[in-house]
Amino acid sequence: MSLTLDGAQADAPVPAPVQGYWGAVFGRLRRDPVALVSGIVLLMILLAALFAPWLAPASPFQTSMLNRLQPIGSPGYPLGSDELGRDVLSRLIHGARLSLLIGVMPVINAFVIGSAIGIVAGFVGGRTNSVIMRVIDVFYAFPAVLLAVALAGALGAGLVNSLLSLTIVFIPPIARVAESVTTQVRSVDYIEAARASGARSLTIIRRHVLGNVLGPIFVYATSLISVSMILASGLSFLGLGARPPMPEWGLMLNTMRDAIYVNPWVAVLPGMMIFTVSICFNMLSDGLRSAMDVKL
Amino acid sequence: MNNSLSLSRHDALDRGGKAQPLLRVRGLQKHFTITRGGMGRQAKRVHAVDGVDFDVYKGETLGIVGESGCGKSTTARLLMHLLAADHGEMVFDGDPIGQRGGISVRGMRRQVQMVFQNSYASLNPRMSVEDSIAFGPQVHGVNRRESRQRARRLLDQVGLSSRLFAHRYPHELSGGQRQRVNIARALALEPRLLILDEAVSALDKSVEAQVLNLLMDLKQEYGLTYLFISHDLNVVRYISDRVMVMYLGKVAEMGEVEALYRAPAHPYTRALLSAMPSMNPDQRTQQAPLVGDPPNPIDLPPGCRFCPRCPMVEDACRDAEPALEACGTAHQVACRRADEVMAGAVPVKRISEESPT
Amino acid sequence: MPIYFLKRVLYVIPIALAVSFFCFSLVHLSPGDPMDAVVSPDAPSEVVAMVQRAYGFDRPLPEQYGRWVLRAVQGDLGLSAANGRAVTAEVFSALKNTLLLAFAASLIGFTLGCVFGTLAGYFQGSLLDRLVTGIAVGGVSVPHYWLGMLLVIIFSVELNWLPSSGAGPGSSSDWNVEWAYLRHLILPAVTLSVIPMGVVTRTVRAMVADILAHEFVEALRAKGLAERQVFRHVVKNVAPTALAVMGLQLGYLLGGSILVETVFSWPGTGLLLNNAIFQRDLPILQGTILVLALFFVMLNLIVDLAQARLDPRIQRG
Repeated sequence: MSLTLDGAQADAPVPAPVQGYWGAVFGRLRRDPVALVSGIVLLMILLAALFAPWLAPASPFQTSMLNRLQPIGSPGYPLGSDELGRDVLSRLIHGARLSLLIGVMPVINAFVIGSAIGIVAGFVGGRTNSVIMRVIDVFYAFPAVLLAVALAGALGAGLVNSLLSLTIVFIPPIARVAESVTTQVRSVDYIEAARASGARSLTIIRRHVLGNVLGPIFVYATSLISVSMILASGLSFLGLGARPPMPEWGLMLNTMRDAIYVNPWVAVLPGMMIFTVSICFNMLSDGLRSAMDVKL
Repeated sequence: MNNSLSLSRHDALDRGGKAQPLLRVRGLQKHFTITRGGMGRQAKRVHAVDGVDFDVYKGETLGIVGESGCGKSTTARLLMHLLAADHGEMVFDGDPIGQRGGISVRGMRRQVQMVFQNSYASLNPRMSVEDSIAFGPQVHGVNRRESRQRARRLLDQVGLSSRLFAHRYPHELSGGQRQRVNIARALALEPRLLILDEAVSALDKSVEAQVLNLLMDLKQEYGLTYLFISHDLNVVRYISDRVMVMYLGKVAEMGEVEALYRAPAHPYTRALLSAMPSMNPDQRTQQAPLVGDPPNPIDLPPGCRFCPRCPMVEDACRDAEPALEACGTAHQVACRRADEVMAGAVPVKRISEESPT
Repeated sequence: MPIYFLKRVLYVIPIALAVSFFCFSLVHLSPGDPMDAVVSPDAPSEVVAMVQRAYGFDRPLPEQYGRWVLRAVQGDLGLSAANGRAVTAEVFSALKNTLLLAFAASLIGFTLGCVFGTLAGYFQGSLLDRLVTGIAVGGVSVPHYWLGMLLVIIFSVELNWLPSSGAGPGSSSDWNVEWAYLRHLILPAVTLSVIPMGVVTRTVRAMVADILAHEFVEALRAKGLAERQVFRHVVKNVAPTALAVMGLQLGYLLGGSILVETVFSWPGTGLLLNNAIFQRDLPILQGTILVLALFFVMLNLIVDLAQARLDPRIQRG
């Protein structure tokens, strides 16, 4: 224990390195091995998705009635072939595009819409806030999976409808978090000080509220990507999302369901991909949460 | 130095001359509803500020003192229009605020600024010191470059080297440094009136003295007027020209600082002053300090609201609320027995014996 | 205190109404005429008009909604468009299977979650802790429909120990639970249990670690309390939250079992819903979602009330 008096030091200048907030967060994230590995894996899958046409050894649509359900390691089919004789490896690589898109997009949409709703509700407060939050409460009467299936089922099968229903599923939780964070920030003195300087509400939200609430909301939203991946592919698995012959992991899992009796280890590969992406997002989100010191 | 510029700005903005109060407040009132009425329930209200009149003269420092919960801070927030008043009129240099034919709230906020008690909470943690100070001028249309220059100049003026501090964030500063930044931020709009709401209360004593001296220097330099809110009587005496004592949302006493401290006319002021530690043993009084908590501002006693704790209470006090009346030159008090108090006739009875629980 | 309970109970009414409104709107969200599912589009117009009148589709929407709610309150959710049977009967016979599945999964998940969480919390930072945390993250990240397939491959296809689909012979109507039925329940229940297992593990681990770090535990140890008594203290503090988390998880499972039920062809609400979607059987869709959502709302209510009962701080919040 040192014997310095806190009071004596209080007014002395503190030498601190000039480092932005995000720089510090990134630095902490980089020292977290789990988050780092997750991030790298995700990055590789993302790159594979972007460069799928160049990486994939074969066309994801080329069927071959002679080479159906080949096992892993067959010549020309490194990861086997599916029920129509298409190359599974190529379909997995191409499938990353659609699977990532329909898994991540709903959360991005919901992040934008839910944040807007929650921040406005929290900032305005009072009766407006109560009304908005009561409406949000209604959505909490449905378990997420049920809501997604109900909406997708009612809207009809299809990619756009599955995107839409998952977006609706994730707006309420994000709006709730945004509202609670904004309500906390709103009553802090620096917002009062900004109002006292004559700034209008929109300016205050833009310059003072956003910077302090978007971080926590973002962290929360990243934690939803994992669920979103599972649900999006799940909808495809049920036949409510992507349609054949599009390569999408959930749909591939569905079409190869009967193959578990013939060639089980090929049939489970798409699920392995969903699992990998989902768990990596989960761990990256956990790392981000502690790196940003967010408590929700 | 650039202060000649701001001084001339003040001269240009000055309208009624020296004699016209910079701020005139009449009948200011704010009640907070705690439980809503209806369904057979009585609405409960906190009488936070309950009809307050005062003037702030140009170039003076008016101190406001009182225990916590007496409505000091609510008054400050009402003046800044951060809270909407239930009733009351506020006139800034002859212009009624927020009324037709007067000055707009936004216009008023250019000329009245405020420094808050919590130096950390009143700075945006995600903004550098420079950006925080420059925010106000930017809101009022000063361009980015110029507002930053102004921010740096002000940093130097409040004693923080702009070279070292401009790019720091609030968590990298000490309490005293942050409060200096808050002062610079308030000054960035070149206000004429600065409301300091417990602005030095959270600081260490040595730092507090430095900041107080800084405030006095800045006042001189910029020709500012201060409304200085504090619970600390010593500090208020040090910095103020006049003092207003508040008790449960009302003005108990108001007057020139020295006269009031020497001969308080309200038993409450007297009790406050005797509770104040003095460095001189001869000046220590036998009077017991104020005992007991102020009555619940929700259920106020009828008549004078100091009755339950007053050592001089008599039956008539409970009948009617005393009005604020003159008791000497530039000295006003709201007490029926003010003359006796000033004469020093206060019973030795301890306040605690009287106060009901 | 009773005021909080009364308020919380009364709050269910607007929520239930909103839920019913949502379920009613679902039909009108869907593309095409809701009639299409009932009569083929090329039926003669007088037949269409007759069916329309019978189903009340010719009335204005608010009236349709009012009638629907009134009938729903009396337990009449209409007739299935696919097979003409009463929706209520269909839903409740499926609900029995889903409830059993959800309870079994919760039981497994809760038990494992508590054991894992407590171990990890007690040995925070150890290898065991890291292993358990990994399992927990896996549990919440795994696509359970895929896990179901894996289990089928291992236990049905490769080892041939357990049946891979359906609910056995005596499954449909009675509550009579037999060994054959239970054998069919094992795989879906284990599959579904990984989610509550993950969630409960994380909650319990965080709480146990938090409580053990508190000073009062050190005080207890300093007073010479046996480790067993300290453990009782931990349990007392963790149990209410863990139970509340479990209660909510049970609710999520009721709705979330749809994917697992599809994988195992388990004759529950999920499978019913799935079939209803593809047959465009909107009354069944509507009815199933309404019943599940109301069930979830009631479960939330019970959890809230129980928690308020155990923790008086909540009532003031």
